[in-house]
Amino acid sequence: MFFQEPTPDTSGYMIAGYTIAFIVMGLYVLSLYLRNRNLRQDMSMLEELEDSATKVEARSERQVKKSPAEPAGRKSAQTVTKRAKKK
Amino acid sequence: MQPKPVALKVLDIISIILLGVATYLALVFAPTELVMGDVQRVFYFHIGTAWTALLGFILAAVFSMIYLITKDLKWDRRQVAAIEVSLVFFLITIALGSIWARPVWNTWWTWDPRLTTAAITELIYVAYFMLRQGIDDPDRRARFGAVYALIGGLSAPITFFAIRLFRTIHPVVISGSNPEGQGSFSMTPDMRVAFFFALFTFTVIFIDLFWNRILLGSLQDQVEQLKLKVTM
Repeated sequence: MFFQEPTPDTSGYMIAGYTIAFIVMGLYVLSLYLRNRNLRQDMSMLEELEDSATKVEARSERQVKKSPAEPAGRKSAQTVTKRAKKK
Repeated sequence: MQPKPVALKVLDIISIILLGVATYLALVFAPTELVMGDVQRVFYFHIGTAWTALLGFILAAVFSMIYLITKDLKWDRRQVAAIEVSLVFFLITIALGSIWARPVWNTWWTWDPRLTTAAITELIYVAYFMLRQGIDDPDRRARFGAVYALIGGLSAPITFFAIRLFRTIHPVVISGSNPEGQGSFSMTPDMRVAFFFALFTFTVIFIDLFWNRILLGSLQDQVEQLKLKVTM
């Protein structure tokens, strides 16, 4: 019993080990959170873009329905040439 | 956008509580090992993370097989999730092992069969993500990833059995003993409590992170699809 070696003080290594374990786990959880947040931001931005694109499409469809025979640009060009002939 | 399921939120909270209790059991409840001192306490988290990581690599190989049969991308997402979480856990295992080895083996690292196979396993799965990064086509990426993960999955049992098959200085604490192992010890009943609780805790944390990562993967896919839709 008297010749038994005392238990070495290795608590510093233990603290280092647990600190690293918690830091690595914490960083991974943080990366999951940040990636999730960024993707949700991207998602809402893309949804807004998609909504505005569908609105523009609907508006142009409505314009086409109003003048089904000829496109508006062509019609105005014809009136310009008629006026020129009269002159 | 789907909100986070309530069950997952509950699992998040349970995981945090379990981690706190496991830390208490490992640092306070379990007795100090007489020969190694306090550094032996890293053993509880070392084994806990190693167990879940190796299980995750094998699980990923199973998901790969299912993906190759069904061609359903949800199995690819599960495979990626399992590998990513396992990679993080295995990094903790290696770091803790190295810290434990410094006072016990008098070195941070040695090319022992167990340490070598563990390092190779970690590098195999780091390369897996590099491979995936290099392929744009989702189906091709999933197919290559599945084949790679299936072959890479072999490294997990090799790492586990390395201390049972080869001459090594790594101690075998569970199911057997290694006469050449340096740093072996017998567990007292209190140590067993802390040990099995840590195993249980890391299994729950793994499931929690795995589930979170699957949801992240499906969100990534939704964003990709929406991007294609908007640009077309």
